[in-house]
This record gives sequence, structure tokens and C-alpha cells, in this order.
Amino acid sequence: MDLLERAPIELKSWLLNWLGSFGVPEWILAVLSAVTVIGTVIGVFLGLFALASVLERKILARAQNRYGPNRVGPFGLFQPVADGIKMITKEDLVPRAADRVVHFLAPVVMMVPALMVLAILPYGRDMVPAELDAGILYFFAVGAGTEVAVFMAGWASNNKYSVLGAMRAIAQMISYEIPLVIAAIITAMISGSLSPSAIVAAQGGFAFGFLPQWFALTPWGFTACLLFYIGALAESNRSPFDLPEGESELVAGHLTEYSGFKYATFFMAEYVGMFAVCGMLVTLFLGGWQAPLPFLAIVPTWCWFLGKICFVAFTMIWVRATLPRLRIDHLLAFAWKFLLPMSFAAFFSAACWHYAGRGPLAWLLSLAIVAIPYLILGASFSDRFSVSRRTYQFSE
Amino acid sequence: MNFPGSGIVKGLAVTARNMVGSYFEKDRLTTEQYPEERPKLPENSRSFPFLVYDGEDAEAGMRCVSCKICEKECPPQCIFIIQDRDAAGKALKRPKVFDIDISVCMSCQICVEVCPFESIRMDTDYGLSSFDRFGSLVLDKAKLLKSNSYYQSIHPTEAAETDARLEADRKKKEAAASAKAAAAQKATKAAEPIKPEAAA
Repeated sequence: MDLLERAPIELKSWLLNWLGSFGVPEWILAVLSAVTVIGTVIGVFLGLFALASVLERKILARAQNRYGPNRVGPFGLFQPVADGIKMITKEDLVPRAADRVVHFLAPVVMMVPALMVLAILPYGRDMVPAELDAGILYFFAVGAGTEVAVFMAGWASNNKYSVLGAMRAIAQMISYEIPLVIAAIITAMISGSLSPSAIVAAQGGFAFGFLPQWFALTPWGFTACLLFYIGALAESNRSPFDLPEGESELVAGHLTEYSGFKYATFFMAEYVGMFAVCGMLVTLFLGGWQAPLPFLAIVPTWCWFLGKICFVAFTMIWVRATLPRLRIDHLLAFAWKFLLPMSFAAFFSAACWHYAGRGPLAWLLSLAIVAIPYLILGASFSDRFSVSRRTYQFSE
Repeated sequence: MNFPGSGIVKGLAVTARNMVGSYFEKDRLTTEQYPEERPKLPENSRSFPFLVYDGEDAEAGMRCVSCKICEKECPPQCIFIIQDRDAAGKALKRPKVFDIDISVCMSCQICVEVCPFESIRMDTDYGLSSFDRFGSLVLDKAKLLKSNSYYQSIHPTEAAETDARLEADRKKKEAAASAKAAAAQKATKAAEPIKPEAAA
């Protein structure tokens, strides 16, 4: 089991030693070491993307009592191959009035941060591609680059739907970034570090010998986890927050003028970004690579991490299958009038939990501090959005 | 009491029930897997016309007498008929060419309504797409002729009615013919006694 646990690391060092035995210079080995890590991480996430693109369609279909794709290969699992061939062979259109350079750069700028943020996630015990002390800061700073890419795409397309979609995307992403970052800061505050590895370590161990001490299992952590989850949905432009590409009113938003491989790049970046933010959520709130129960620790840690990412991604697909798209004013009202106060409540609750000694009393106190604002805010929102019989002023 | 967000939880429960249920309850899935599963068409469904023949031999049992009523009535004019002629140039009661262009046909069934010989009927076969834009969408006589038993298999009720009517017509004709024959016999019998006289 220990062998399996360390298999990726051992494999890499074996490969480098083997190459070293041929007298390959040291600096080439260093570069190769980095390339293998980067290649593995990107490969795994692109594999996850390919798998997600078909499984998402199958899960959505099942939620609507349909079969979903089942023609290409066994159970339709080769669908991504067919999709890829289709995307690559499609004509790459650029509108005549478009800003060609920016139009070309936008998918690249979208893809780069999506891949760069993968560097700081702890994939397993001692498995962090780039051990940064301010890893969380790096994650959000680099991740914000996707907003620029979305606006580049919308602006360069020279199309009213693209610009509208991009404007919405900016409004939405900036609004939702605030609760997202505050939720992340809470964990940094409790664990006393901005390093993802330290945050995972702070969630280690088991209370009473079996209860995992993940942040998501405390009242403030659960609230922050949900806030982070909602923010993550909005950041990765997923339903019910997929307004920037809301096809019912905006054709495809900033993607309207993209086709072929550029469209595929956007699509890929969106999915990789989604998995990255799922990985961040797992790291911050769901104990990272730690097993949920003591006896399950025999399963390699990187399996736990990938499993948890897949689980969070599945819930995102599940939410997409369930909830209708929000209206833009509801969306922004929800961010500023509900998520933001709730994130402050969770922040305060976490602080009280820490200073009340992290015991049962602290638990109850922090529960009260998040539950009361939730009920008050929730009630006011329920009134605002409640459905009642429509009255007509002029007819009748 | 409805706590805030309970609607979302209820919605998630519904989709979760569908996700799991669709793997266990087959009647949740309404999709027909088309090439493998064919829909059971209602009896009165129709696609394009075909020609009915009786018996085994298509040419001999052909009901069509080339009256060209269908050709004249066809609203999009997709029927094309040339009457057959014998060596002497005398018109025969059968078509030499009978083409239906199904790329033009609108499946209105007017040809079926007007046919006095119960010869043209609507088919139910809809899998007629082809890679050839012109040739294979014009159905010639050989392709159009289908046996009465095929007609009975696709439209049992309608075919039974038609058969009964044809049978009744045949009996009436037979009766008329035998009556005519009897009358003729009578006439000859009546005429017979004159013969000896004439001979005399």
C-alpha cells in the first residue's frame, strides 16, 4: 500500500535516475523533472475533462430520463474522441470586423491560468507540484486572468451578443469572487497559513477516533464551503450562473464568434478551471487528500484527492441538471445581498469558534452565528422571489 | 415550515430520483433507440403510394388499368403513366410506365381516394432515404408493385374492406354475366325454333 501511495513519486525518481545513468547533465534532469510533473498534471486534468464532457451529458440525460450519448464506443465513452475530431476539423471563422490578434489570443489567455492554478494543489501526501507559501493567493490571483480572457473574447468578436455576454461575465465574476475569496480566507485564518499543504494538514486527524476534522464539518466551515461552492459555480460559468453564455437571450455570449479549435480551447479551459476550483474546494474544506475514515487510509492519498474532485464535479453537474438559469439582476442581488453578508457571518463565526476553544460550546456558538443571519436573509429573499398569483392591472 | 433553500433541496431530490430511477425502471426512459427499436406505427399511418397486385405474378395480377385518373388528380403531379400498347398499336389495359417521384409526393392520399380499381394504396415504409438525389427517389413500376398480401399485412382493416368490396363486385359481375348468359341462352333457345323453319 505504501508502495502504491508513493508510486507517482517513485516512478518519477526512477525515471530520472535511469536517465541520469546515461550521463545526462544535471540541468536537463531538472528540466525533465519539471516537465514530467507538469505533463502528468495536465494529462490527468485533460483526461478528466474528456471524461467529464461525456459523463456530464450522460448524467444530465439520466436526470431527464434520457439515455444520453451511447453510440460511439461502449456506452458512448469514445464520444470525446468524436467530439475532438469534429472540433479540430471544423472551419475556424474569424469575423471580418474582429480584432484578429485579440480574438486569437483570448482562448490562449483563458487556457493559461486554468492550467497554471493546477500547480499549487496538493494532490497527495508530499505531492505538490509547486510548494508556495502563499498558494491560495496565487490561486486567486492567477485564476482572475480568466475574466480578462472572457472580456477579450467578447470585445474582439465585435458582436453585440459577445460584448453583452462579456459584460455580464465581468459583472458576475467580480461579484462572486468576493464571497469566494472570503470563504477561502476563513480557512487560511483558522489554519494560520496561506499554503494549501498547511491547510490540508490542519484538517488531519480524527475526533473520537473516527470523525474526520474537515473544515466542512464545522458550522462555519459548512457555510463557507457552500459559499465557496456557489462562488465556484459562478466563477466557472456553470448553470445556474451560466448567464454569460445564456443561449436563450445571448446566442452564446462571448463564445458566439468562436468555432473549431478555438471554441474547443474555451470549452477545455472552462472544464479544467472547474476541476481546479473543485480541487481548491476539496483542499480547503473537504480535507484535501485525507481519507474520510481511519481504516480507509490504506487507499492512496492521490486517489482520495481525485475521488473527492470527481464527487464535487458530479454535484456541480447535478446542480446543473436541477436549477434553471438566474436572471442577471437576481444573480447580482444574490451575490451582494445574500452571499456577501453570509460570508462575513461565516468569517465572524469562525473567529468565535477559534476563540471559544474549538469545543462543543464553540460549535454551538458558531452554528448560531451562521444560522441566524441565514434564516433572516433567507426569509427576506424568499419573500422577494416568492411566486404568487399574478394580478393584472389593465385587463378584466 | 419551509426553511430558506428547501426548494433547491427538493429539486435536487427530484433529479437524483430520476438519475437512479432511470437505471432501474425501464418505463422511465421514453427514448426509442431508432435503428434497433422501430416504433409500432398506427394502422392508418402512411408514407407514399404503391400499386397492389393480386396473386403471385406482379405483371399478370396488376390491378392498375392505366386509366390515368390518379395522374390527373395528383396535386403535386408526381405520378407519370404511359399506357401499354400491343404490337398493332392498340391500347392495353395496363401501364407500360408507372413512376412516382417521392421527392415530390406529399402523401395526400388523393390518388388512393380516386382510384376506381382499388389499385393504388398507401405504404407505411418510411426508410427511403438514399445517397442518390434523383434516381432512387423516383419509384418505377417494379418498385411500386407490391402484393395484396403485403397490403393486408400493413393495413389489415382497410385491406379486408377492399377485398370484401372486390369480392362483392366480382360476384355481382358474375351474377350479371350468368344472367346475361342465361338471357343469351334463352334468346338462342327462343331463336332456335325459328331455325328449322329457316332451314325449311
